[in-house]
Amino acid sequence: MSTADTVAERGTTAGTGSGRAPRRRRRGDGQRQSTAGWLFVTPTLVVLGLFLVIPILMAIWVSFTDWTGRGSPFSSRVGFVGTENYQALLTEQGLSRQDFMISLRNTFYYVVGVVPLQTVLALGLAVIVNQRFLKGRTFFRTAFYFPSVVSSVAISLVFLFLFTGTGAVNQFLGIFGIDGPTWFSDPRGLIHLAGQGLGLWSIDAPPGALADHQVMSLSLWDWFSGPSVALSAIMLQVVWTTAGTFMLMFLAALQDLPTEVEEAALVDGANRWQRFRAVTVPHLRPTILLVVTLGVIGTWQVFDQMYVMTQGGPAKTTLTPAYLSYTAAFGQQQWGQGAAMAFLLFVLIFVLTTFQRFVLRDKDEAAAKKARRAQQRAAKKKEATA
Amino acid sequence: MSDLGPADVVTPQVRAEATATMGTRLPPAAGGSSRVHRSGRGKKLAVYLALVAFSVVYIYPFVVQVSTSLKTNGDAVANPLGIVPDPLTTAAFQRLAETDFPLWFTNSVIVTVCVTIGRVFFNSLAGYALARLKFRGRDAVFTAILAVLAVPGIVLLIPKFLVLNYLGIYNTYPALIVPLLVDAAGVFIMKQFFESIPPSVEEAARIDGASTFRIFWSVVLPMARPAVITLTILSFQGSWNELAHFIIATNDPNLFTLTRGVGQLTSGGLGSGNQYPISMAAALLMTIPSAIIFAVFQRYFTQGANAGAEKG
Repeated sequence: MSTADTVAERGTTAGTGSGRAPRRRRRGDGQRQSTAGWLFVTPTLVVLGLFLVIPILMAIWVSFTDWTGRGSPFSSRVGFVGTENYQALLTEQGLSRQDFMISLRNTFYYVVGVVPLQTVLALGLAVIVNQRFLKGRTFFRTAFYFPSVVSSVAISLVFLFLFTGTGAVNQFLGIFGIDGPTWFSDPRGLIHLAGQGLGLWSIDAPPGALADHQVMSLSLWDWFSGPSVALSAIMLQVVWTTAGTFMLMFLAALQDLPTEVEEAALVDGANRWQRFRAVTVPHLRPTILLVVTLGVIGTWQVFDQMYVMTQGGPAKTTLTPAYLSYTAAFGQQQWGQGAAMAFLLFVLIFVLTTFQRFVLRDKDEAAAKKARRAQQRAAKKKEATA
Repeated sequence: MSDLGPADVVTPQVRAEATATMGTRLPPAAGGSSRVHRSGRGKKLAVYLALVAFSVVYIYPFVVQVSTSLKTNGDAVANPLGIVPDPLTTAAFQRLAETDFPLWFTNSVIVTVCVTIGRVFFNSLAGYALARLKFRGRDAVFTAILAVLAVPGIVLLIPKFLVLNYLGIYNTYPALIVPLLVDAAGVFIMKQFFESIPPSVEEAARIDGASTFRIFWSVVLPMARPAVITLTILSFQGSWNELAHFIIATNDPNLFTLTRGVGQLTSGGLGSGNQYPISMAAALLMTIPSAIIFAVFQRYFTQGANAGAEKG
């Protein structure tokens, strides 16, 4: 995101630069460049307009109608229903709202689990692979990155096999005497399981105080379920797959770390962990923020795994807004509601990333201001001495 | 909060703070060198142990994929951890050949080739125009493309279907290909690269009277080889692995790509019972092209992954 700004800046400087450069420019060259420029960007603009801008406008319209997928959504037989679709999802008691809330709950736990895990794993892998004494660094880097290159469908098939009830993972756990769950068909929530393990409650007879209170069509007991075992297995898979990409970003940043700084800390008598906390992590801060932002954007959109592996089950515990909006439209022909869900998801992601960009920008600007002030001070000093 | 000050101020207070905030002890100020040595060797061992553990976690699933594809279903169910197939059989691949798998593979190749060629060409054109050509509205176009980058792709599933349907190209190859032809990130990468090429190169050609397209095609584009390769790889990867778009662009089994077709294997596409060797064989066959490209162009993959993250 900050990349965009720098590039935009560079773009303008480069533009003015090339405008000044030609000394013997022939007449009409400006006109020619202008025509060529528009010709060159036209294919891009047409495709983006046709399959991005117009679709969004059409979907906004559909989200206010009761279109059932037959004929044109603009025909007179299609009824305009105002905000009814949005109301069904947000303010009216009913199955639609319940399903939507379940999908938001699931994805919330999914994001809260996946983003920190993949960030920490990626950072850990990068730090390990970055060790200078290490032999075969390229091999390990390749091994960790390779899953990011492979189709999510292929990986889903492999994990479905690894995580079956009598599969490789449970056999491995069996070596340590652990009786593994039936992973992808286990709807029990992790918080529910933890509470039962601690003797706080029984999953079959949840405490009335939680089970009887409904908030947004879902009981408190259901809200605080945690991710189901099935969803957790998907989370493990996604963390495993994506950590490699983010590892490369951390690696690039680590290789930028000036060795003098670390040496200075070493001279100061800081141990490895202290150096990591006090030198490496602050240096990586922009990368960490970038990885977290990309992680949040990516995880809220999770769809492929649900389509291939669980279809939202067991007991709707792997339902996500993206998958739910797909089934509402293509499965139940409730196009208005499906489009409305897609928009609510869009707004949610937009708000979250704007918030994160705000946090990011604040720091950059503060740093820039600081630098500018220091420069001014230095200039004044110079003037004074002169 | 845990910023370490300059060296000589490792005062007792800082020490206490460090202990409190980091939960670790600072090494003794003097005579710490032997400790560094010892921890150096221990550290190496720890790093290698961690590496081996992670490598097993990362490589084993692919080993299982290969070996299971050569097993019988009974063997796969009974020995999911086992690496050696007993008996060894290619039955899964033969079964797969009798399904629509070859058709899906062909479709995937057609779509991927078209998308990759188109994307590289159109993205380079737009990137060049935005980097070098002066025209009115250039900044606005660039801003618009940046805005497009911010739209999360998954919310476009229903909208894109609406337009494909409205245009009457739902269930056709163009529906699979055209919407994927342009991606904003690719334009961005190319623009960035073209800006790093010195303008003097084009000036000479321009003075010789070459047309703008000619300059782009025969002078600038050949110089952008690394960026073009990066973009080719990203486009290949993006279209070969794409699933969501192919779900909404067609429901005609004749137009299914690998991701779409194989994705349905799990939901009863093979009839009764679990056929793990077949699904592993399918997963393996769709992984192999990616693996080959990855092995050949590894260097460029790394660049591609970081293209969005670099400071410019």
